[in-house]
Amino acid sequence: MARAARVDVTPAAAEMMRRLRGQHGPLMFHQSGGCCDGSSPMCYLEGEFRTGQSDVLLESLRIEGVDEPITFWMSSAQFELWKHTHLTVDVVPGRGAGFSLEAPEGVRFLIRSRLLTEEELAELS
Amino acid sequence: MTTYSPPGSDGSIVSYQSRYDNYIGGEYVPPAKGQYFENPTPVTGETFTEIARGTADDVERALDAAHGAADAWGRTSVAERATILNKIADRMEANLEKLAVAEAWENGKPVRETLAADIPLAIDHFRYFAGAIRAQEGTLGQIDDDTVAYHFHEPLGVVGQIIPWNFPILMAVWKLAPALAAGNAVVLKPAEQTPASIHYLMSLIGDLLPPGVVNIVNGFGVEAGKPLASSKRVAKVAFTGETTTGRLIMQYASENLIPVTLELGGKSANIFFADVSSSDDDFFDKALEGFAMFALNQGEVCTCPSRALVQQSIYQDFMAAGVKRVENLKQGNPLDTETQVGAQASNDQLEKILSYLDIGRQEGAKVLTGGARAELGGNLSGGFYVQPTIFEGNNSMRIFQEEIFGPVVAVAPFADPDDAVKIANDSLYGLGAGVWTRDINQAYRAGRGIKAGRVWTNCYHLYPAHAAFGGYKQSGIGRENHLMMLDHYQQTKNLLVSYSPKAMGFF
Repeated sequence: MARAARVDVTPAAAEMMRRLRGQHGPLMFHQSGGCCDGSSPMCYLEGEFRTGQSDVLLESLRIEGVDEPITFWMSSAQFELWKHTHLTVDVVPGRGAGFSLEAPEGVRFLIRSRLLTEEELAELS
Repeated sequence: MTTYSPPGSDGSIVSYQSRYDNYIGGEYVPPAKGQYFENPTPVTGETFTEIARGTADDVERALDAAHGAADAWGRTSVAERATILNKIADRMEANLEKLAVAEAWENGKPVRETLAADIPLAIDHFRYFAGAIRAQEGTLGQIDDDTVAYHFHEPLGVVGQIIPWNFPILMAVWKLAPALAAGNAVVLKPAEQTPASIHYLMSLIGDLLPPGVVNIVNGFGVEAGKPLASSKRVAKVAFTGETTTGRLIMQYASENLIPVTLELGGKSANIFFADVSSSDDDFFDKALEGFAMFALNQGEVCTCPSRALVQQSIYQDFMAAGVKRVENLKQGNPLDTETQVGAQASNDQLEKILSYLDIGRQEGAKVLTGGARAELGGNLSGGFYVQPTIFEGNNSMRIFQEEIFGPVVAVAPFADPDDAVKIANDSLYGLGAGVWTRDINQAYRAGRGIKAGRVWTNCYHLYPAHAAFGGYKQSGIGRENHLMMLDHYQQTKNLLVSYSPKAMGFF
């Protein structure tokens, strides 16, 4: 049985991550909050966004064709409010603002959510 | 009632150019890399112009122009700058209808709103800061009989401004007017979702400003916004957007030791106390309008009243009336003056809202009305429309805790005033709030108890230039609007002057 995960990735999003990894280098995500492009997972070069004591590493994503894991972060205050949900990184046509790497490709990473099951929550706690 | 023709079509009062370059040093300059991107209208999803895809080289060129202009602009008299700002306002007023139609086409918002709010507010903003800068004075302090401390306001120099897409012209003006009044030169980066209407504005007012005082570099955030926000050549960065980019901009600013102002959104609670429905009168009608205000600008407002808290004792009846009010909102062609709810600004915004409608249901929130994409048919079928939606649930749900930025409100009951303030404050954000009651003492206590930068009291979504706007908590740093905004674009110069001819006697 696969281990429970907080974050998964759709095939289309994984393909975009492979492409961005090839163009730019190792990647990371930080989940945004607030208005405008809030709620978007922002994709940066690994280390571009400085995480610190106020952040939680939700997942180190293993993407086929990408050598290193892609880290997925969220501020701990936001995580407190989101921790009962499972996140799937998808990608849709669009034009996000912010400094996320995928925007020039004419697409936007998007979070789809579902409730974590009790079994998953037990395993993840 | 009027339905305007789409810009550029036969009979339209306004046209966009087929392409916009970067506006640098008072003229249009092709992007260094020669690339452009397509700009669709959310009304139909069709592309109506293409926009320069600016990069770091273009930002540098704009910064060269701004630095070339900043000193002379900063030395102009306040009367001269005020006159220019007033002329800009006059020019905009003379073209109000054209600007309103151009903005509706760019953003998808109803022209009813741009005619009555976006453009008139932008015009007044220039006039307010034209007046404010002339009335502003430095101070002097007499330290002792021989020593005087003079405090002068000086411009920062060249500032960077990154503009959001929800009010493309008004948000640009919120940042431009105080910066220009204070004597700064600006490099401005519009949102890539709404990059064109600011250029239509510049086609009307560009000749009023000395070349290089306002420079506009379009492009994607990572390619044009980041070089601007991280530049060593700006004295300040102002940004409206979301928390992760806000932190990144602060991170860059910390490397350059420069200040930032950040407006990062909210999850504003709109509180309705029981006495609002004690009489079925004008005030009750106004309160219901205030409830429905979550759908204003399709919910794409940082202060969207996206949580409504209704006192338990009136909950059922108030919500029945509220649902009815929302179901009567007219959604349709944004260019029709009867339309109250238009299109979301972009496809990814539409997708995000739909993803929240999904998790809201999964968390057990009940849909009282709406809850889906709106299919308007005809030539609007390619546009990005969402039904005004009311969810009923509790404050721990994601739809109560994150700004959806769509026409979606999450409603919950509260027991008493303490409970209302407690729920309102149970949020990461603190930008806006609303309080509705006929009891002015109750209104005062709730307003002071809510940790938010603005508490509308018996009103909502008013944005006069001389009321300070900004957030507590994770909603950001600094304020916009109001005289105090000048401080955000000024240095303090202290001349400490001795009028004594005598040595101090230390050495």
